[in-house]
Amino acid sequence: MTSSQEAPAYPLIRRAGLNGLLVSFAGSLSEPSNRAALAFRSAVDALALDGVAETMASLASVFVRFDPSLLPHSVLEARLQDLLTAQDWSLAALPAGRRFWRVPTVYGTELAPQLAEAADAAGMTEAQAIDSLGSARVRVLTIGFAPGQPYLGSLGPEWDLPRQTGLTPKVPRGALVQAIRQFVLFATSAPTGWRHVGQTGLTLFEPEAAHPFALRPGDEMVFEPVSKPDFLKHCQEDSRRGGAIVSEIAA
Amino acid sequence: MSGLRILRIGPAASVQDLGRPGLLGQGVSQGGAADPLALAEGAALLRQDPGFAALEMGGMGGEFEAAGPLRIALTGAPMAAALDGEALAWNASHRMEAGQRLSIGAARSGVYGYLHLGGGIATDPLLGARAVHLMAGLGQAAKAGDFLPGGQDQNMETGLALTAEDRFQGGELRIVESFQSHLFPDEVRSRFTATAFSRGSRANRMGIEMVSDGEGFAAAGQLNILSEVILPGDVQMTGDGKPFVLLRECQTTGGYPRIGTVLPCDLPKVAQAQAGAAFRFRWISLEEGLEAQAKSDAAVKALPSACKPLLRDPAAIRDLLSYQLISGAVSADADPFATGETQ
Repeated sequence: MTSSQEAPAYPLIRRAGLNGLLVSFAGSLSEPSNRAALAFRSAVDALALDGVAETMASLASVFVRFDPSLLPHSVLEARLQDLLTAQDWSLAALPAGRRFWRVPTVYGTELAPQLAEAADAAGMTEAQAIDSLGSARVRVLTIGFAPGQPYLGSLGPEWDLPRQTGLTPKVPRGALVQAIRQFVLFATSAPTGWRHVGQTGLTLFEPEAAHPFALRPGDEMVFEPVSKPDFLKHCQEDSRRGGAIVSEIAA
Repeated sequence: MSGLRILRIGPAASVQDLGRPGLLGQGVSQGGAADPLALAEGAALLRQDPGFAALEMGGMGGEFEAAGPLRIALTGAPMAAALDGEALAWNASHRMEAGQRLSIGAARSGVYGYLHLGGGIATDPLLGARAVHLMAGLGQAAKAGDFLPGGQDQNMETGLALTAEDRFQGGELRIVESFQSHLFPDEVRSRFTATAFSRGSRANRMGIEMVSDGEGFAAAGQLNILSEVILPGDVQMTGDGKPFVLLRECQTTGGYPRIGTVLPCDLPKVAQAQAGAAFRFRWISLEEGLEAQAKSDAAVKALPSACKPLLRDPAAIRDLLSYQLISGAVSADADPFATGETQ
């Protein structure tokens, strides 16, 4: 077991509580570290080890929860270490079955009132900000915090904006918020420290549906600018997805 | 269908089972009963599956009316309970007849009391479980007027009692190192276990604040760490170095550093502590932690055989004749209190 006292040298395997191991590819988010996490999680799942209860990819790490009475720490750690050294995970192909989402989005207006503030912080006009955010093809880096809620990135360095110092008390479901070169697309109505720059009509979590979660890590998204009347029309005609179009990404 | 109608209920009551493990990757934390040991105790008393759902009552109970005959059990934080005005034993199973009223008062110690039904509470499952998960928007808190449907009950036995482990007064919490422990200097880690804590006022099913005198417990690079998975039992330090012990309904990921992880078997003590309860943390090795958890798991498995017939004072039983006093084959020299097992 890697001692938790040692200085990190990535990738590294560390204990997570009593019955978890965490495989980390970097101490910060980057395209290669996220790619590695997504691919490595798929590879761990494919091993189908007895005693592994669940896996999860976060921004740059993979968490494996297991039953130490069936699969001792030392055995699982050795298996994960073997898998780590089998290839350069930062160059691995992304998981199969990913999808591409084109999501009609209204930027600014009273539906997304912080566009102007964010554009200003990024040193752009509102029109430039809409061009920039509306053409960025971003990846679902991880799903977390709330059910089905994606962290999306990475945006260009001009969008490396700090979180607000205060919280916005509430943004609605479908809100597209921005900070630290990422978007979060809200699955539920919630408070946030990120700036509300766009609004979509996409429902991400439907607990009673056959497929309750719309997105998977690795999916890609573009938040295409539409006018407010067009946005409202999309929402009226397609109350679940607000006019979003989904297609498979070829492997 | 038999079940209980809720006539009156406290503000923090909800149907809970063992939650939804396996959905971390979708952003859904496991959730489930704040005190899973209480679920196991109720299942043992009713001779049923520990995965069945029960009503969790935070701080205070409520008043309930039986829609038909049913079995109940009461576990977790001890609360005053009465059936049609007659006191009922806590940590025990009882029978209710149609129209009878059960009233449950405030917690005498601890926080979460549990009301179990024979056959479990059979609300519609969502994502594979019945546990209400308010943070995830799954289900709603129980309210007056709700009906708690009873599942198919396979058993008739009532009048069993358990001596419950006292986990309602705070105490020692065993903690193992986790992947961010190294962010805390040795000095901070030793001071952490040398410090007397008490449960703070900020507490819910997601986490419990621990307060202490003196300086906080800050990590190096506190604000720059990447969001990582949260495990139940993680002790998270907020920006000012105040510890929160996170419970099963916390978020799935978080960016505040965590000094270590409390053993799952010690978490009921955290959830059940009233404000002001005294705590200390003690570092233990992974091996010690696994051993302690295995011992606790074995004790939970042995709960069914720890159930004993409830001792009653016959003089206090108003309707003695309605009880079935002789049941099954009884040997004259058998100790009727030796075992409550029915396999």
